Amino acid sequence: MERLEFELPSARPAAAGGAPVVVGVVASGNLEILVERAEAPDRCRFAVSTSAHGFGPVWRAVLEDFAARRAVAGLAFSVNDAGATPAVVGLRLEQAAEEFLGAAP
Amino acid sequence: MSRAGPPRARRSYREATARRRLAGVLDAGSFEERLGPADRVTSPHLAALDLPVAFDDGVVVGSGRLGGRRVLAASQEGAFLGGGVGEVHGAKLCGILAAALRERPAAVLLLLDTGGVRLQEANAGLVAVSEVMRGVLAARAAGIPVVALIGGGWGCFGGMGIVARCCDTIAMSEEGRLGLSGPDVIEETKGVEELDAADRGLVWRTYGGKHRYLLGEADRLVEDDLDAFRAAAIALASVPRPIGIEALSREHDLLARRLAAHGAATDAAAIWRDLVGATFEELPLLEADEFLRAVGGARLEAR
Repeated sequence: MERLEFELPSARPAAAGGAPVVVGVVASGNLEILVERAEAPDRCRFAVSTSAHGFGPVWRAVLEDFAARRAVAGLAFSVNDAGATPAVVGLRLEQAAEEFLGAAP
Repeated sequence: MSRAGPPRARRSYREATARRRLAGVLDAGSFEERLGPADRVTSPHLAALDLPVAFDDGVVVGSGRLGGRRVLAASQEGAFLGGGVGEVHGAKLCGILAAALRERPAAVLLLLDTGGVRLQEANAGLVAVSEVMRGVLAARAAGIPVVALIGGGWGCFGGMGIVARCCDTIAMSEEGRLGLSGPDVIEETKGVEELDAADRGLVWRTYGGKHRYLLGEADRLVEDDLDAFRAAAIALASVPRPIGIEALSREHDLLARRLAAHGAATDAAAIWRDLVGATFEELPLLEADEFLRAVGGARLEAR
């Protein structure tokens, strides 16, 4: 397993969000994402554990895009990945943010 | 109660995740998870093998309400390692059954979707499955009904197949299969002449809900629909099946009759023909309610 950590700038979400939520399942080509509150008011934390080694730059690109597009500061995303493609990762991140914060803005 | 508007769309039980199944079967919004993903109780064995872990180790456990009554429940995630029972996963199942002895819920629901023991942690998993069996029987002995729901993509196999049959009652869909050795295992060990695992018709009529219902092993046959499973769970949760020497004698009597009447059958279809008559060939195509009407009382039952 390869472990990657990122702390990226993002905007503040309108709603604070409540109890931790998990979306997705650890299955081939899929991943699970756990969303929790974190302290940093202007940044977002990502902790990725992935079975596909050597894709750090791709993860960074997908996560930077997500953090810039969605207001997710103050949240921590923990990922267990079993080889999901960047598109699947992007959709799961959207789903995770939506379920944690409520309906999409 | 009649409702206006178009008929309600079915929500597939089989296609739902373990969490969505629980949300659909229990009273809306009533589920409270224990040892949830944020607790991160994950498998040390998978970590040692450098394999991906799941934050809930592939099983969701907790409490909720079912038709207004308090129940405990566990739901296996078949998509994570085939719903395989590892050490943590098994301990969560044991824990919820042990909690039932202390908290005395109206029932315990086990939403099973599993190939059996998780091969990556075989010994710990085997021990865990035997402890789950003991947990089920302890809850039953305390008068708490344990209801198994089987309708996931993996069905219910291996040691967990035995666990299902240790429960008071079983509700399953045709697609939800129940057995000990699965079709692939049998083909692998005994050859394709013994069982062709790619023949879905053969697999479903051998392991599927309709056959298990006709053999008297499943108590309810339901459509692949969350509301249908919920209705069956509500009904079965209030039907405890006390175990004692008399009940076991009746069960043994049923098995003896079954062996005497159908022991020579080489295909489930032959048993269906013997039980139901000439219309047996139509049975695989029928919806659950049509099937139940067509079968009537023609099933094996302990008496």
